[in-house]
Amino acid sequence: MNNLIVLPLLLPLLSAIILVFLRKQVAVQRSISGISALLNIVIAVILVGQIQSDGIQTLYMGGWIPPYGIVFVADMFAGLLILTASVVGAACIFYSFSSIGEERERMYFYPLVQFLLAGVYGSFLTGDLFNLFVCFEVMLISSYALIVLGGSKRQLRESIKYMLVNILSSALFVTAVAYLYGALGTLNMAHLSQRVAEAGQGGMLNVIAILLMIVFSLKAGLFLFFWLPGSYAAPPAAIRALFAALLTKVGVYALVRTFSLIFYHDPAVTHTWLGWMAGATMVLGSIGAIAYRNVSSILNYQVVIGIGFIGLGLAIATQAAWDGVVFYLMHDMLAKVLLFILGGMLITAAGTEKLLEIRGLIDRYPLIGWLFLGTTLALVGIPPLSGFPGKVMLIRSAFQEQAFVLAAIGLISSFFVLYSLIVVFKQAFWGSELDQEPRTTVPPRSKLLNGTILAVFALLVFLGVNAEWLYEFVSHAGHVIAEPDLYIQAVMKE
Amino acid sequence: MELVMAITTGLLFAVAVYLILSRSVLRIILGTSLLTHGVHLLIMNMAGLKRGSAPLISEDTMSYTDPLPQALILTSIVINFGVTAFFLVLAYRANQTLGTDDLEKLRGGDENE
Repeated sequence: MNNLIVLPLLLPLLSAIILVFLRKQVAVQRSISGISALLNIVIAVILVGQIQSDGIQTLYMGGWIPPYGIVFVADMFAGLLILTASVVGAACIFYSFSSIGEERERMYFYPLVQFLLAGVYGSFLTGDLFNLFVCFEVMLISSYALIVLGGSKRQLRESIKYMLVNILSSALFVTAVAYLYGALGTLNMAHLSQRVAEAGQGGMLNVIAILLMIVFSLKAGLFLFFWLPGSYAAPPAAIRALFAALLTKVGVYALVRTFSLIFYHDPAVTHTWLGWMAGATMVLGSIGAIAYRNVSSILNYQVVIGIGFIGLGLAIATQAAWDGVVFYLMHDMLAKVLLFILGGMLITAAGTEKLLEIRGLIDRYPLIGWLFLGTTLALVGIPPLSGFPGKVMLIRSAFQEQAFVLAAIGLISSFFVLYSLIVVFKQAFWGSELDQEPRTTVPPRSKLLNGTILAVFALLVFLGVNAEWLYEFVSHAGHVIAEPDLYIQAVMKE
Repeated sequence: MELVMAITTGLLFAVAVYLILSRSVLRIILGTSLLTHGVHLLIMNMAGLKRGSAPLISEDTMSYTDPLPQALILTSIVINFGVTAFFLVLAYRANQTLGTDDLEKLRGGDENE
């Protein structure tokens, strides 16, 4: 029992409720959401420290011992993801101070962000499949509101499709939960794992596993990412950064949990599918990334490629692969949030998304330009930046399991990341500025924002340089994912 | 009884899919609403229909109905209610702004920004 692990969920929830009542006082709203975001980082650091020293932390809601009641479980994987997500959340909130506009701030922007964060942390922490659905919905309903906040034509058009896709996948999620309950009579993940192991993962359970795979792949954008580029292009940059860094990663988290803890007995069926989907995601994402000459489309397809690359680790599913998945997931969240914030600043500075109309920004915006290049190199995986250790671990585990085709696709997709982002860098920052009247939109230049992006970039360098130190935590997480018994014993103590 | 329920669930799913595949946003929303109703019936059916008394401890009875599916369905109904309300408002607002509720015309791309 550890009451600390409910705090990452409780703090954003409480701050959101307080913020709802402070609609008119924008300055107060800003400081409360900023402080709450920073506090969450502190809580997450303490939590990770506790998990590292004392093992998996659990909290039985209302004192109901599993399999009854709802249990919150914080293993190292969840802890590290909460830490990364809280950094991402803080960066997005600081970015929105100078970019989102007072109109949106008055229309409950900050409470919605906090509700979204509460849903994300809840999804990472919960040890119950139905509770996972509820946390997903908390997150998704906030995202429905955020994606349409402002009500431009493009937002209204895209949010209808985004909502429809997510409502359908949620309905399928509940269907899968119903089948699981009918088949196994429990929804506690640790208990499910035990019962699947006892019953043997045969035909019926494989069908449920594939159903869950479809649901989570839709949310994660693994192969079923047709909705992603359109929807993520609609909202303003701060919201886009939040979505790109967090929403799809929650789907990935659910995939990892389901296929490492519950359905890991029949990899010939489930993990083969995951492998094909990961490969196809990387190929299609690469094609998308080089097909467009529009900054936000190019950035959106980077999300797709990243998900595909993590999917590679999901398909391999050895402990080395899980280490890689954890490390790469942390890197990817940080790098994506930085990439999208820089992309948003670039679009504001240029006044257009069309790449061919942007040139020579490096003179006026050297910081954005060089950080963009740095983030590109991090995403490609150039040492000493943070993409390198994760990619090494994932590719090496693929070679160990003789998945040469997947490894090759993964390596080649890195070149496409490099090519597509260098095209943006070269076109937008180099050359001389187009001779035309200066754009009317004033680009954000605030010390807080510059500090934020520098801090996130410093984190990327830190993760890359201190990979050895971080590996201690990452391998702890990978070890628990690879050995479901550890998780089960921590939850089902009696 | 379970068989009847299973057939009803199937019918609800079929009608829902038919509605969701249409072009009008309003029909699609009705479809998603029916789909969730189908899912709720499925939960109830999967856990077995009522076999005992209310799940309150008493000395008169030995078998109790499983209360968990009801809790799941209740939660899901609340969520579905909120989401459907939001979706309806969104569709109304989109219709006002975009002047259409035909999904074929809501197709978007870079070219028509």
